[in-house]
Amino acid sequence: MLDACGAANAEELFAHLPEDVRLDRPLNLAPGISEYEIVRYFRDRADECANGYASFLGAGVYNHFRPVLVDTVVSRGEFLTSYTPYQAEISQGTLTTIFEFQTMICQLTGMDVANASMYDGSTAVPEAAMMTVRATGKGRVLVARSVHPEYRQVLATYSKYQGMPVAEFGYNAESGALDLEDLERQIDDLTAAVIIQTPNFFGIVESVKTAAEIAHRKGALLVVLFTEAVSLGILEPPADADIVAGELQSFAIPPSYGGPYAGIIATKEKLIRQVPGRLVGQTTDSRGNRAFCLTLATREQHIRREKATSNICTNQALIALMATVYMTVYGKQGLRELAEQNLAKAHYLGSKLNRRFTGNYFNELVARAPEEKNKTLLKKKIVGGLPLGRFYPELADCQLLCATEMTRRADMDTVAEVLA
Amino acid sequence: MIKKVTPHLSQNEALIFERSSPGKKAYQLPELDVPPVDAAEALGAGNVRREIEGFPEVSEVEAIRHFTRLSTWNYAIDYGMYPLGSCTMKYNPRINELVARTEGLAWAHPYQPEALAQGCMEVMARLEAALAEITGMDAVTLQPAAGAHGELTGILLIRALLEKRGNARKKILIPDSAHGTNPATAAIAGYAVENIKSSETGGVDVCALEQLVDKDVAALMVTNPNTLGVFENNIVAVSEILHRKGALLYMDGANMNALVGIARPGDFGVDVMHLNLHKTFSTPHGGGGPGAGPVAVKKILEPFLPTPRLKRSGKKWAFDYKRPRSIGRVKAFYGNFGVLVRALAYILAHGGPGLRNATVDAVLNAVYIRKALEPYFDLPYSSPNMHEVVFSDDRQAKAGVRTGDIAKRLIDYGFHPYTVSFPLIVHGALMIEPTETEGKLELDQFIDAMMSIAKEVETDPQLVKNAPYSTRTSRVDETTAARKPVLRWKPA
Repeated sequence: MLDACGAANAEELFAHLPEDVRLDRPLNLAPGISEYEIVRYFRDRADECANGYASFLGAGVYNHFRPVLVDTVVSRGEFLTSYTPYQAEISQGTLTTIFEFQTMICQLTGMDVANASMYDGSTAVPEAAMMTVRATGKGRVLVARSVHPEYRQVLATYSKYQGMPVAEFGYNAESGALDLEDLERQIDDLTAAVIIQTPNFFGIVESVKTAAEIAHRKGALLVVLFTEAVSLGILEPPADADIVAGELQSFAIPPSYGGPYAGIIATKEKLIRQVPGRLVGQTTDSRGNRAFCLTLATREQHIRREKATSNICTNQALIALMATVYMTVYGKQGLRELAEQNLAKAHYLGSKLNRRFTGNYFNELVARAPEEKNKTLLKKKIVGGLPLGRFYPELADCQLLCATEMTRRADMDTVAEVLA
Repeated sequence: MIKKVTPHLSQNEALIFERSSPGKKAYQLPELDVPPVDAAEALGAGNVRREIEGFPEVSEVEAIRHFTRLSTWNYAIDYGMYPLGSCTMKYNPRINELVARTEGLAWAHPYQPEALAQGCMEVMARLEAALAEITGMDAVTLQPAAGAHGELTGILLIRALLEKRGNARKKILIPDSAHGTNPATAAIAGYAVENIKSSETGGVDVCALEQLVDKDVAALMVTNPNTLGVFENNIVAVSEILHRKGALLYMDGANMNALVGIARPGDFGVDVMHLNLHKTFSTPHGGGGPGAGPVAVKKILEPFLPTPRLKRSGKKWAFDYKRPRSIGRVKAFYGNFGVLVRALAYILAHGGPGLRNATVDAVLNAVYIRKALEPYFDLPYSSPNMHEVVFSDDRQAKAGVRTGDIAKRLIDYGFHPYTVSFPLIVHGALMIEPTETEGKLELDQFIDAMMSIAKEVETDPQLVKNAPYSTRTSRVDETTAARKPVLRWKPA
C-alpha cells in the first residue's frame, strides 16, 4: 500500500506538516491493555459507587425496570453502527423506527408532530423557548420555579445572548403547584413563552388548561415539560400546550450518571417549520412503495447555516430507539398498568411520611426530613431522597423522594421509620 | 462486475401500529406489594387520561421480529466499509458496550452522594486528563452532549472571556468550507457570521485574514484538517494574526482522528476546541446519536468552563459548583457519561502508541484511495490529504451524472455512499473517508466499485442515474416528502 502511495514509510505521509506543529514525542498515555483488563478496570470503578443500594432518588432521573428486549434490539449492529439516515434506500430500518417514535410521542402527548429527538430534556427547554420567540416575534420567557432547577440553569445559559430575558414565577407554598396569581402578575404582552412542568419538580400534577388560558390570553405560547415520561401513561395529555418538551429517560434509558438520555419536542401543526432537529416523513419510492426519509431539512444547519432553527446535528437516535422498543413492549395496556403501580407505590410511601405539599402527586413527593437522616439510611444500604436546600433554600428541611415499580415495600417501611 | 454483494430475501414488515391487535401484550409486571390507589382520587378526576389511542399492542415475539426485520433494512459498519466523509465511521469495539453496562456505572444516579460516585468521577477525571494530553490543551469539560453542543459551549467561553476584557465583539469568521453547525452555533451565541473564502489551495487565506480581522472579530472557527482533509499549513500564522488583534482561535475537532499522536492543537495556537467522541474515539453512531462533545481549552478560558467542575478534595473527587465566572450549565448533570465510558475504554485499549497507529492507518487508507481513484475522478484541490479525500463530479457531470447518482449506484455495489455534495466549495463533491478500520481487501473492493461506476458513466449513464436497483426500497421521492409532510402514522 505504501508503494501505491509513493511513500517509503508511513511517516512520509505526514512529511507535508510543518515541522513546528508536529508532536516530537510519544503521547504520555500508557500502552494499550487487554479486554479482560478493561473489564476489570471498570468493574473496580463500579465497586466505588453505590452498587447494590436501594435508591429513593428521582428528580429527573428514575429507576425503572429495563425489559430485556430493549438491549437485544439496540445491540444489533444495524442500529448500533449506522449513522444519520441520509441515504434513505439503505436506512429504512432507522427511518421507520424514527417515524414510529414520532407517532408514539404524538399519541402520548396529544400533539400533532414530534421530532426525532433532542439531546435531553434540559436542552429541549431552550430549544422550545427559541421556537416560541421565532413564532411570536416576542422575546420574554416566563418559567415556573417548579421546573427542574438544572433545566432552568440551562435555559439561563442559552438565553443570555439570544435577547431572550427569562423571569421566574413561583409555586404555591401550600399545594406545591403553580402560583397562578404570580403568573398573572408577571405575564405581559411581550411574553413569548410560559414554561411549566408536570408533574413538576416536586412531583405535583399541574393544571395545564389553566396555565394555557392565562398564557394565550396575553398572546404567549405555553410550553409544557415532563421529566417522568411514565406519568403520561395515566395523566391527561397536555394537549392545551403549544409545545411539549420532555425527557424520555424513564423509558428504558439507564440512569448512567446523567446521560446519555433523549429529549423530545412535540408541537401543533402550525409550528412545524419552527421545530429544531431531524424529522422523518413518509413518501414513496420510484416503484410506488411506501418509504421514509429525512425531511423539511431546510430548517436545519447543514442547509440554512446561520439561519437554521437550531445548531443540532447528531442527536440521540439509539436512545430514542430504546424508548420506542420500551413503548412497544409495554404498549397501551402496560404503560397504564405501570403508571398505576408507580402511583400506588409512591402513595404508600407518601402516606407514611410528613408531606410538605398538599397537591396531587404521581410518583415523587416532598417530605419534611432533614438531610442528616440520610446517613442512617446509607448504613442500611439505602440512598434516601434528594435534599432540596441546594436548589430551594426555603425547603432546606425537605427532601424529594421517588418510588417506582422497582421500589420494595420493605425499603419504604425502613425509609418511613428513619425519616418520620 | 458487482462482487461484494448478492441480493437475498428481505422480510416485509408493517408499521407497529398496523401490526397491533387489542389485548396483546409483551410485558410482565410483578404483583403489586402495596394497596392499589384510585387514580381519579389521587390525581383528580380531570387529570386521568383515557386509553392512549393507537398505541402498540403486540406480543413479545411480534415485537422482536418487528425490530429485527426493520434492522436488516439498514446498512451498517458491521456489514462493511462506510466511507461517509467527515463522519469517521470506524469499527465500534463491543467491549465498550459491555463496560458501559457495568451495573454500578449504568445504574449510577447523578444525584447519589459523591462519596458513592467516586468510580464515575474517576472515569471522568481520567478521560479529561487523557483528552488534555491528546489535544495539548490545559483543561477539558465533558458536559456537552455532541459536537454542535461543544461548539456552542466553546463560543460561549470565548464570549465570556472577551466580555471580561471589556468587549464581547460582534462577529465570528467562518471559512466557506466549514460544517453547517459552525455558523448555526455562532448565531445562537449571538454573533454575526462572516464567511471567508478559501484560498486556491483550499485553506485559510492568510493575507485575506489579515485584512478581515479587526476589533469586531471575536474568533475564527476553523476545522483542521479542513473538510477537504487538508492540514492548514499556515495554522500558526493564523493563530498569531488572531491573537495579535485580540481574537481567539476555535478549532472544530471533527477531524481530530487525523492528528491524534501526530500533532496537538494546543501546540499550534488553538485556544478552544471540541472533540466528537463518536468520531475520533469510536463510540457508536447509533443511527444518529448519542454522541459526546467535550471541549478542551487553554488556561485563559478555564475559569469560564461550565459548572460543575471536577476537583480533587483530599483523597476524594468532588464537584465544584462555586465558579462565579462560569458560563453556567449547558446541560443537566455532567455529560453523556455512558458515552464517556466507551471513549475511555477505547483509549485504554489502544494506549498512546495504538492511538497514533490508528491515525497513521487512517491517513494511509485515504491516500491509497486517492492515488487509485485520481485517474477516474477530478481532484479539485491537489494539496496532500490526510484522513479523507474529496473529489468532484465534474468529469461525470458532462454525461449528466452527478455525485448523488454515483452515490446511489455505489449502494448496488455493496457500500454505503461517501458524503455527497459537501464541502460546498467543491462542485459536486464526493467526500471519502475510509478510517483506519478498513484493510486492503475492502479498500480494493471499494476502489474497483468506483472505477467500475466511472466506466458505467461513460457507457451507460442512465444505468447510474436510476440506481439503486438491488435495494428493497428504490430511489426515494424526497421532494414530495417535504412538500406534503406526513410526519406520523394515522389510522386509515
